[in-house]
Amino acid sequence: MVELAVGDRRILARSDFPAFLDALNKLGYRVVGPTVRDGAIVYGPIDRVEDLPVGWTERQEAGKYRLERRGDEALFGYAVGPHSWKKYLFPAHERLWTASRKESRFVPAPEPADGPPLAFLGVRACELAAIALQDHVFAKAGDVAYATRRARALRIAVQCGQAGGTCFCVSTGTGPAVGPSHDLALTEILTAERHVFFVEVGSPMGARVLASVPLGPASVEDERTVEQIVARTSASMGRTMVVSGIRDLLVNHPEHPRWELAGQRCLACTNCTMACPTCFCQTTEEVPDLSGERVERWRRWDSCFNSAFSELHGTPIRKSTSSRYRQWMTHKLATWHDQFGSSGCVGCGRCITWCPVGIDITEEAAAIRASPPPQVVEERT
Amino acid sequence: MLAARPKLAVYKFASCDGCQLTLLDCEDELLAIADHIEIADFREASSRVVDGPFDLTLVEGSVTTPEDVPRLHEIRANSRVLVTIGACATAGGIQGLRNFADAEEYRRVVYARPEYIRSLATSTPIQDHVSVDFELRGCPISRAQLLEVISAYLGGRAPNVPRESVCVECKRRGTVCVVVAHGTPCLGPVTQTGCGAVCPSYHRGCYGCFGPQDTPNAPALSAKLLQLGMDPPSLARIYRTFNANAPAFEAAANAARTDPAHSERS
Repeated sequence: MVELAVGDRRILARSDFPAFLDALNKLGYRVVGPTVRDGAIVYGPIDRVEDLPVGWTERQEAGKYRLERRGDEALFGYAVGPHSWKKYLFPAHERLWTASRKESRFVPAPEPADGPPLAFLGVRACELAAIALQDHVFAKAGDVAYATRRARALRIAVQCGQAGGTCFCVSTGTGPAVGPSHDLALTEILTAERHVFFVEVGSPMGARVLASVPLGPASVEDERTVEQIVARTSASMGRTMVVSGIRDLLVNHPEHPRWELAGQRCLACTNCTMACPTCFCQTTEEVPDLSGERVERWRRWDSCFNSAFSELHGTPIRKSTSSRYRQWMTHKLATWHDQFGSSGCVGCGRCITWCPVGIDITEEAAAIRASPPPQVVEERT
Repeated sequence: MLAARPKLAVYKFASCDGCQLTLLDCEDELLAIADHIEIADFREASSRVVDGPFDLTLVEGSVTTPEDVPRLHEIRANSRVLVTIGACATAGGIQGLRNFADAEEYRRVVYARPEYIRSLATSTPIQDHVSVDFELRGCPISRAQLLEVISAYLGGRAPNVPRESVCVECKRRGTVCVVVAHGTPCLGPVTQTGCGAVCPSYHRGCYGCFGPQDTPNAPALSAKLLQLGMDPPSLARIYRTFNANAPAFEAAANAARTDPAHSERS
C-alpha cells in the first residue's frame, strides 16, 4: 500500500469504517467519541461502529436539547452535545499527587501515567479551536499532566454536515470548516446512492493510521461536494454574534443595565462554564486522611459562578450573581484577549443550550452593543 | 495515644436516626475514627457512656418538644465544638411542615389519644436555639462529608464542604442535564451539592435534600419549572420537603402559592 502524506485526500467507504476503528486499536489507541446516552449525544468509549450515534441528530435551542431520529444512517449527523474533549484532557477530578509522612517530612509520590493514548473521533472545527485555546492556557501554566495527555491524543476531526440551533462558529471564525491542525479530517458524504467519508491526512500519525485501511481515490467532484457541505453548514448557523470591537465594548461597559437583568435570570448553577470547552477554572484541594499521615492533592473543575471562587480573606468579592455573569462573559469575550491574545469563545453554543434558563451569550452581547449607555468608567474615579 | 483522644458525642432530637447511622455506615473507616477519637456518648451504637464534657458533638434532629430546649442547652454547655448533622437539625426537617399548618389540629386528627402528645407548634433547627459551629447538610448527610468534618476537626482546620450547586457535580460526572435534555423538573440549580448528584444520574430531578446552595436563585428556577408545565401547587410542594424551612425554599414555596404571576402562567 502506498504511504500517505500530510495533505493527501482519500475516500473511506462506510463499509470500511470498522477497519478504520481496528487500525486505531491496533496502534494502541483507545477510541473515544460520540455515543447516545441518557437522551443526548455524549463522548464515551467507541468499540464498534454501532456505538456511534447512527441515524441520530439533535434539536438545540436556548435551554433545550432533544435527540431526534434522522431519516438516514449518518454516523456524525449532529452538531455538538453536552460533553467536550476537555473531560479527557483536563479531567473533572484529578489526583495530582499523594504524600506520606516520613518522620518529620512529607514525601510526595507522583501519580502514575495515564492508560493507553486516546483517539478523539469526531472532533468538530469549533472543538479543535477549543483544544488549541486550552493548549495555550495549560502551556502557559506549565501543566505537565495536560501536556502529556494532549501530546498522546489523536484528533480525528469530522466536518459538520449541519449546524446546531445554538451554533455560531461562523461569527467567531472557528468553523465550520476544519482548519489545518488535526491528525485526520473526515467529511461524511451521504446520498441515496453513496455513504462514504472524504478523508484528509493532517499529520504523519494520521497517515500511519490509514496505512492498513482500504481507501479509494478522492475525485475533484468529491472535493466540491465537501465544499458544498461546509458552505451549507455555514449558511445555517442557529446564532450570530458581532465580534468586532467586542473587547472594548464589554470592558468599557461594566455598569450596563443588561448585566443586572442577566443576574436576575442567572441561576449561578455553573452549567455554562462546565459545558464550555474552553473554561479552565479549577480548584485544588488537599485531602488528608484521619491519621494525618497521608494526604492527597486533588484538582477539580471549578467555576466563576460559585461564590467561593472569588473568596478572598473569607468573603467572596463577587457577591452578586450579576457580577459573576459579567465576570464570565467579559473574560470569555474580552479580557481573554488581554490574557491569551484571542477570544475565549469558539461559538459552539453549549453555554446557550445547557443553561437551564436559556441565557444566550449572543443575545446578551447584542443587547449591550445595541444600547451602550454613556461610558461610566470615568465617573467612578 | 489512646489517653489523649478527644471525646465524641452524638445526640438526637426529632429525626429518623438516618444521619447518625451514617457514622456507623463508615464501616471501613470506623476503626480508624475510633483510633483517633473516643466515641464517648453514642446511644445508637453503644450503651457504654463516658461523661462529658465532649470535644466534638454531633447533633441530629430538630427541636419539637418543650423538653428539647433545656436538653439542647445542656448539650451545648457540655460541648466544645457542636456540629449539626442533617436537614432536621439544620432546617427543621420534614416535620417542619407543621410550621405552615395548624399543629394542634394535626394532633387532634392523627392521634387516638391526643392528650398523650405534648409537642411544640413548630419544628425548629438547632441553630435557632444555641450557637452551632458547623452545619452539615443533607437528608441524609453524606458519609464522605461526615468523615471530612471529623478529619477537619482532628486536623484543626475548617471542613471542606462546598456550598455550590448540584449542577457542578452533575457536570463533573458527565451526567446529562435532565432539565435541558428531558424537560424534567429539577431543584439541582438551587440546591447545595454533597450527595454526589445521585438523582439526575437516574434520570430524576433533584429533590433538594441538601437545602439551598449559597446563592440560590429560586425565582428564576421557579419560572423555568412553570414553563416546563408544573402547576403552582406542585411548585410549592417541590420546595416543601426536607428543607421546607430553609429561607430560600420557604420563600420560593410561598411565592408559588401567592404570586399571581405564577398562576397566570400556569
